[in-house]
Amino acid sequence: MKPIIEVQNLNKVYKKSENEIKVLNNINITVGEGEFLALMGPSGSGKTTLLNLIAGIDKPTSGNIEVKGVDITTFGESALAKWRSSNIGFVFQFYNLIPVLTAFENVELPLLLTKLNRAQRVKHVESALKVVGLGDRMSHYPKQLSGGQEQRVAIARAVVTDPLIIVADEPTGDLDRNSATEILTLLERLNKEFKKTIIMVTHDPHAAERASRVLHLEKGDLVDNL
Amino acid sequence: MAIPLKYTFKNFQNRKTTSIITLVGIALVVFVFATVLMMAYGIQKTLVSTGSPDNVIILRKAANGEISSIIDGETQAVIRTLPHIAKTSEGTPALSGEAVSVINLEKQGGLSNVTVRAVSPEARFLRPQIKLVEGKWFNPGLKELVIGESVQKNFTNMEIGSKIRISGENWTITGIFDTDGSGFDSEIWADAKEMLNALNRGNSVSTLTLKLDDIENFEKFKMAFAADRRLTQFEVKGEQQFFEEQSESLAMFIKVLGIFITVIFSFGATIGAMITMYTSVANRTVEIGTMRSLGFSRRSILTAFLFESLLIALTGGLIGIFFASFMQFFQISTINFNSFAELSFKFALNPDIIISSLIFAVVMGFLGGFLPSVRAARMKIVNALRSS
Ligand SMILES: Nc1ncnc2c1ncn2[C@@H]1O[C@H](COP(=O)(O)OP(=O)(O)OP(=O)(O)O)[C@@H](O)[C@H]1O
Ligand SMILES: [Mg+2]
Repeated sequence: MKPIIEVQNLNKVYKKSENEIKVLNNINITVGEGEFLALMGPSGSGKTTLLNLIAGIDKPTSGNIEVKGVDITTFGESALAKWRSSNIGFVFQFYNLIPVLTAFENVELPLLLTKLNRAQRVKHVESALKVVGLGDRMSHYPKQLSGGQEQRVAIARAVVTDPLIIVADEPTGDLDRNSATEILTLLERLNKEFKKTIIMVTHDPHAAERASRVLHLEKGDLVDNL
Repeated sequence: MAIPLKYTFKNFQNRKTTSIITLVGIALVVFVFATVLMMAYGIQKTLVSTGSPDNVIILRKAANGEISSIIDGETQAVIRTLPHIAKTSEGTPALSGEAVSVINLEKQGGLSNVTVRAVSPEARFLRPQIKLVEGKWFNPGLKELVIGESVQKNFTNMEIGSKIRISGENWTITGIFDTDGSGFDSEIWADAKEMLNALNRGNSVSTLTLKLDDIENFEKFKMAFAADRRLTQFEVKGEQQFFEEQSESLAMFIKVLGIFITVIFSFGATIGAMITMYTSVANRTVEIGTMRSLGFSRRSILTAFLFESLLIALTGGLIGIFFASFMQFFQISTINFNSFAELSFKFALNPDIIISSLIFAVVMGFLGGFLPSVRAARMKIVNALRSS
């Protein structure tokens, strides 16, 4: 499998006044194109931090993250924002939909950063919402949807720009078993059918089962490599 | 592309109560601001409409108003001989020597000053805007008066047949006139000869007002006036310009005082807007983090929040102006510093006032929204996302 993400000697330290908290210690990971990777580990072990670094919304203290051969740790803020908008799809535990926008408008949001015209955007949004099975809920507001439906809208928003990589931080953490299963099936389908590389943080062993590989973090160390 | 405007509009709608409180604050300040400007403009408009474009007024140079000016009989005779003075329908020079004084009259809540203008028979020809609405014009040679509509409205016992005491003698009201809201409406008019006798002023009037045969000849008239060495202590002004100058100090005083007060009020409204926007930013921290994750820039976050604040302010401003515009139906009166007498006027609105009020509102919105918007834009994405 061709590597798509290469994390090398990654460190993240938070300074709280005098104290230094080492959140990630010399992490090395290679993720292959089309892989479905699950990140597990106890609370506070650094899963979210690692995911955020790979997704380019945080900066490491040291180390490199190469995505498709480009080291994103060298990017400036606006370059990184532009890179995210075309390469990363985000799925959050609490969906993070914009409450004042409809399902359609939420999914359209990332497309406003592209050069697509209105008609093209409509086409993309409609097909993304159809993929997640919500073609009939486009004009619904988030509060008119169930949690599972909200998360599906969020997934549609993550895939609408057709990014290579989807990062999902506990995507089923706030859902009941049935909805969680639906979401996991959807992610699996995105991975298999649409060839998305997925990195998913989860506490749920059922969720991890769907992944092609599981990595464990403990106090900032990747324990599988030991 | 920026964050869609709908995001701003919907958030504005959704946060009704907080937005409305801020909005009302801004609307109130803008209302006061606009009202003050409307008052100053109303005074200006009233006094400017008092003058006619083809009339000129002659005063003593040292005088800063009509009552402090004196023109003796000899000088009056010299002025009569100047060229370019129009003729009345009777063939006399269209020129009115006017003795202006101030008397005390009773109104609700005490005494106040009223201008008494003693005029030549030609005065009505010079001011065709004067319409008698009740009674008849005074008889020259009798102690009779006509009063402006505002005088009748504002002072007590001002009916036809009522008597007014001037320098120890009773004068009878014979008529009431209207000039469509000019400063004359706040005056009492009498016959010049009769009044000068009563006041023991000989034949010295305060000012001379005359109509030119053609407005085009104003410069020529001024040149002839300046060329006459007997007139060096006197000056010529367009009547409109003169009355406009008479409004300046009062209008300026009202503007300065009013703007000073509204600026103080505006601090309150601005802080209100700031609190609203800080709350708004705090409530939407996760949304901000989410949008930044998707790739929206700090600048577009700043713009979205600033725009929201401006939207609240602009709406407040429009509401304030809307209510202020009803003030146009109100007429009030105040003492004009220049004439020392009451001047009755209506609040008046013009496009400049609307524009400055809206700019004022927008400035409040900008100042109130700026710091909160900067806070929104400066958040680190990971911290914003964590705040859920
Ligand atoms: N901005 C920050 N400042 C200081 N410390 C932080 C910050 N963000 C995270 N940390 C610390 O880093 C450590 C790892 O946090 P992280 O959120 O990555 O853990 P996690 O594995 O995702 O935990 P959970 O399963 O509870 O989500 C924690 O000890 C946390 O307190
Ligand atoms: Mg986490």
